[in-house]
Formats: sequence, structure tokens, C-alpha cells
Amino acid sequence: MSFPWANEYKPANGLTQWLDEKLPLPRFVYNAVGAGYPVPRNLNYMWNFGVLAGFCLVLQIVTGVILAMHYAANAGVAFDSVEHIMRDVNWGWMLRYAHANGASAFFVVVYLHIFRGFFYSSYKAPREMIWLLGVVIFLLMMATAFMGYVLPWGQMSFWGAKVITGLFGAIPVVGEPLQVWLLGGYAPDNAALNRFFSLHFLLPFVIAGVIILHIWALHIPGSSNPTGVEVKQESDTVPFHPYYTAKDGFGLGIFLLIYCAVLFFAPNMLGHPDNYIPANPLSTPAHIVPEWYFWPFYAILRAFTSDFFFIPAKLMGVLAMFSAILVWFFLPWLDTSPVRSGHYRPLFRKFFWLLLIDVAVLGYCGGAPAAEPFVMISQIASMYYFLHFLVILPIVSSIEKPEPLPFSITEAVLGKDESAVLNANPAAA
Amino acid sequence: MVRLFGPLVGLFFAVALLWSFGNGAYTAITEPAAPTAEHEFHLHPKEVHFASDGAFGKFDKAQLQRGFQVYKEVCSTCHSMKHVAFRDLAALGYSEAEVKAIAKEWGAKQPTFDPKTGERAERDNIPSDYFPTVYYAGQGVPPDLSLITKARHDGGAYVHSLLTGYQEQPAELLKKFPDAKTPDGLYYNPYFANLNLAMPAPLTGEGQVTYSDGTKATVDQMATDVSAFLIWTAEPKLDKRKQTGWAVLGFLLVATVLAYLAKKNVWADKKGE
Repeated sequence: MSFPWANEYKPANGLTQWLDEKLPLPRFVYNAVGAGYPVPRNLNYMWNFGVLAGFCLVLQIVTGVILAMHYAANAGVAFDSVEHIMRDVNWGWMLRYAHANGASAFFVVVYLHIFRGFFYSSYKAPREMIWLLGVVIFLLMMATAFMGYVLPWGQMSFWGAKVITGLFGAIPVVGEPLQVWLLGGYAPDNAALNRFFSLHFLLPFVIAGVIILHIWALHIPGSSNPTGVEVKQESDTVPFHPYYTAKDGFGLGIFLLIYCAVLFFAPNMLGHPDNYIPANPLSTPAHIVPEWYFWPFYAILRAFTSDFFFIPAKLMGVLAMFSAILVWFFLPWLDTSPVRSGHYRPLFRKFFWLLLIDVAVLGYCGGAPAAEPFVMISQIASMYYFLHFLVILPIVSSIEKPEPLPFSITEAVLGKDESAVLNANPAAA
Repeated sequence: MVRLFGPLVGLFFAVALLWSFGNGAYTAITEPAAPTAEHEFHLHPKEVHFASDGAFGKFDKAQLQRGFQVYKEVCSTCHSMKHVAFRDLAALGYSEAEVKAIAKEWGAKQPTFDPKTGERAERDNIPSDYFPTVYYAGQGVPPDLSLITKARHDGGAYVHSLLTGYQEQPAELLKKFPDAKTPDGLYYNPYFANLNLAMPAPLTGEGQVTYSDGTKATVDQMATDVSAFLIWTAEPKLDKRKQTGWAVLGFLLVATVLAYLAKKNVWADKKGE
């Protein structure tokens, strides 16, 4: 679907005319990310991160496919093959650092994209499906990143794999056989490394597929915008190209500047030194920590330190960690306020910032050693996390009195909208 | 349904967390965690500066050669360096002939195996060989040094601090933790994670190696040189990386300015964005 005033694709020459009849791919692109897609004219830079996330996926696939040409997924030589890439493969060091930091960049961008969604309630009708697919993409990203981190077969790779697959062991009755089946053994070894490599290669293409659905679902209602007021008329929109291709191009430049500064000048800043020690099943690192992007969820996992009635602490932690993401699936129905944008929701806005701080605190605790006071802080922070989504949000959306909305996007941008005046006072026409 | 069960699930997790929190707080009050010797006496690496530090830093080849000499004459008795090949030494400024000579004269030889006769023998190293594995039978497991400065926090400074940090176990430590006495055969070093390590102080005194460039071989100098060398072995492409980085950032800066101007130009007829 598109708005009736959307530009129509007109093949310019014989070749494109011929192509348009046989396979209208140019028309498809034109309508998806070209001049044929009308987009609200008031999008701010927070709307840049979807495009950047797509860029990161392409970057990861391109660097990853080349790395896979030189990497050997065998527990005996995996670590050495990574060093071979770093030392002997032409530009191998750059590819590997680009890929390792690319994963971090991907998560930075996606977290901003998700928090944009929280603040502007992008998950609300009619965009629930876009949101649901987005959560699926995020889960797939986490699985992919986790398995990718195992591949260098360093100490953190090995022990991270052991801890995370150990979570399945917490499931009652079937847990332990399930864990052995998933790993292909009693501890991570060659069988696990091989299947992780295979899945790490596969999942990005699954992500690409779900992204296509994500964008397809987006194009049915069209993009949301900072006011949360739906598009009413042509003056509310601009064509995606050239307006947003130009704006996203600038955003991409800023992103690349920061990303390349890290890649070339601090490429190991976000990694853990222990992963430069080859995996050793007989020597447990002092602190097993996952990569930074898992820290908030790792903190929730570790916050459950006491058995709760008949439920063991470990199982509670696993349930809570998965629920912390699964709860996002229910957001469209937990937040019932008819107003979307946080700009017009004074009470919601306060809790949004509180949530942001809460997740940052959880992240800090997740990266810290499992000792006091971090465990207690993460217990309080986890408590707020669940209460925020499941209790506070439904209450806030029913008691809050939203501020008045602009009549239209045009009015929000220009300060006045002719058609608003007409609507309010038809006699003036 | 969601609005009915959602709050219940939220409260369920909140109560479970409160229970964990209460138990934790109770334990923290009744049995506060005892301090450990590692916790109180472990030191972070000293502040050490290397030529390769910072965005503009480059390796000092003369220093790397000195550091290699320390590795060769001191460390290589026990520590392997399996990711580095003799040919890589060309990057330190050695000529082809010098690299060949270093390989040929290297103490540990390359093991060979004749598949026809089953005979095992040794041959001299050649530049394409990696540094041969060192087998160590004594106490402790000397780690491979190729990546050591990337495998420790603040690696270069850590190696330097460890090499120069040996000392008598402080009396204060023994007074406070009588059980933490350094066991026989181990050596006290506050820069090591658990304070006691199997390696005796390897750099024992001034002039332990004789530098050909006339640099005075103090313990501190040798420690700095070998740390610099180990920064190189861990990241031999460091110079190339930074050099590439500046070119990339320069290009991106220009491209981003152009992208900004293009964006301004495109949006000129639309107020507000």
C-alpha cells in the first residue's frame, strides 16, 4: 500500500521498459526505498538507525564470508587460524577487526533503534507486526553474535559457550539431555564448534529474510514519525528519495567515522583480553563475562540467587532472562495509551528515561564480577525492569493525561496547516 | 488477557527478586565476605609509555631489536612464541641475510620426521619456519608469548610491571593473612593476579644482555624493550593499521562533509526536518 499521491515509477528508456514488463524489480525498489515511497517529512535522526542496521548486516555478511574463506572450524586449529588471518592473510587483520567491531556497531545501532521504538511507541497499531518481526530479528542477532564469539576458540569463547549452553541444563527433566544434544557432547568441543560455525553462517541470511518481512510490514502503514500523528495529506510527506537517502547518507557518514575510529585505533577496546588465550577446558577464567551487548540480560540471569519455592534459582534466572526479551512481544497490548509519541506523554516520558538508566545500570552490573554490591544492585534494577513493562506501563497509559497533539505533521513542522484551519472553520473556505 | 496476566508475571519476577535480594542482604550482614590477600595486595600495572602508544604512535625498530635480543637471551629458554615466524623479523629492520643467520643460529631446532624410515631428527631453522616450540619440564606452565600483551589488561605495561615487580612478601600481608605465605618454589609479585607465580625474576641485574647499539641494559630498560617487542609480536600490523586508519578517516571526513552539504541542498525547499 502507499499513499495515493506517491510518485509513480515511469521507465525512462527501452531497457527499463522491457525490464518493467518482464520483472518489475526497478519498480519494486523505486516504491520501497526510492521516490515512490512517501515518508513523513518530520523524521529526526533517530529514524536513521534502521538503515544503519541494514548497513551493518551487509557489512557483517561481506566481511564474514571472506573471513570464512580463511578460518578453520576445528577445535584443534581454530585459534591458530584466526591468528593466521591476523598475520598472514592480506588485510586479514582489518577484516577481522571490522567483523568483530561490526558486531558491536550492529548492536549499538539496533539498541538505539529499539529505544527509539520505546520512546515513540512505534510498536502501536497499526505497526504491531513490524515490532514483532523486529523482536524476532533481535533474538536472531543475539543467537548469531553468541555463536560468532565462540568461533575464535579463546578462553571466553569456550567458557561463554559452556555457561550459555549450560542454561538449557536448568530446564527440568529434559534439560540435561537437551544440553548434551545441542552441544554434541558433554562440554563444548569440536562438534559444538562445527555446528556453531554452520549456524553462524546460516543465521545472518535468516535475519536478512526477516528484515525483508520487517520492511514489507513497514510499507503497509508507512513510517511512523516523532509526533505520532498519522499522515493525513500530501504536504505531510516527502519522497524517500532524495530526501531521506540524502539524510541517511549523512548519518551513515557519521556512523562510519565513529566505527572506523574504533576499528583502526582501538580495535580491542570492546573485547576481552582472555579471548587471546586459547581455550583451555581445565582452566576457568576468574570472571566469565559475555560481550557487552549481552550484559543487561546477563545481569538479570545472575540476579536470581535464591530458590523461589520449588523453582531453582538457576531456572528462575533463565526464565527471567528470556522473559526480559519476550515481554517486548506484548508491548503493543501492554501500552494502551492512544497517543504514540513520548513528546506528548509527560508521565510516560519520565518512566522511559528511568528505563534507559535502569538498562544502563543492568549493563554495568552484568559486566562486573558477580559480587556485592553488584548483585544487589542488579536485583533492584531487574525488579524495575519487569515492573516497568508489566505493571507501570499499563497503569501509566490508563491514568496519564496526554498533552494536546498537533493537528497534522504539516502543522507540527510549519506551525500552521491550511487544511486544519479549513477543518475547524469550514465557513472560512 | 495480556493486561490480566502481564502484571501477574511482573509481580512474580519482582517477588522472586525481592526474595533473592532479602536473602543476599541477610547473608551480607550476617556473614560479610572476608577480604582476601589478592583483593588487598594486587596492584594494577604501572604507568609505562611505549613508542607505539596513541593514535600517532609507531614502533621504534631499534627498541624492538633490543627487545628481541632480551627475548632471545632470556625469555626463550622457557617461553614459546609460536605465532611468529623468523621471516617476520624483517619488520624489525633486519636484512634478509640477518634473518637467515638468526634462524640458522637459533638454539632450538626444527624437529623433522622422515615418513619413509620413521626416523626423527632435527634441522636448522629457516626464515619460513615459526619459532620452534619450547618444552619446559619445571614447575609451572610458561605461557606462549606471541599474544601475551593482548591477552592481559594493559598488556605492555603489565609485562613491564611483572618483570620489574618482584619483591619480598610484605610483612603487613603476612600479619593480616598468615595463611597466604608464598609457597616454596613460587615467587611473590603483586602484579600477578594471585600474587605468587612459578617464574623467578628473569631480569636479575644490569648488563644481563649486552646491547649492540650501546644502550645501557638496566633492568628497567630491558623490561621496557622486551615489553615493546611483545607488543609487536601480538600486533605486528599495528603501524599499518594506524596508517590506514588516518587515510580512511580523512576520506570519510570529506565524504561526510559532502553528504551533509548534499543533504542541506536537498532539504533547502522543505522547512523543518
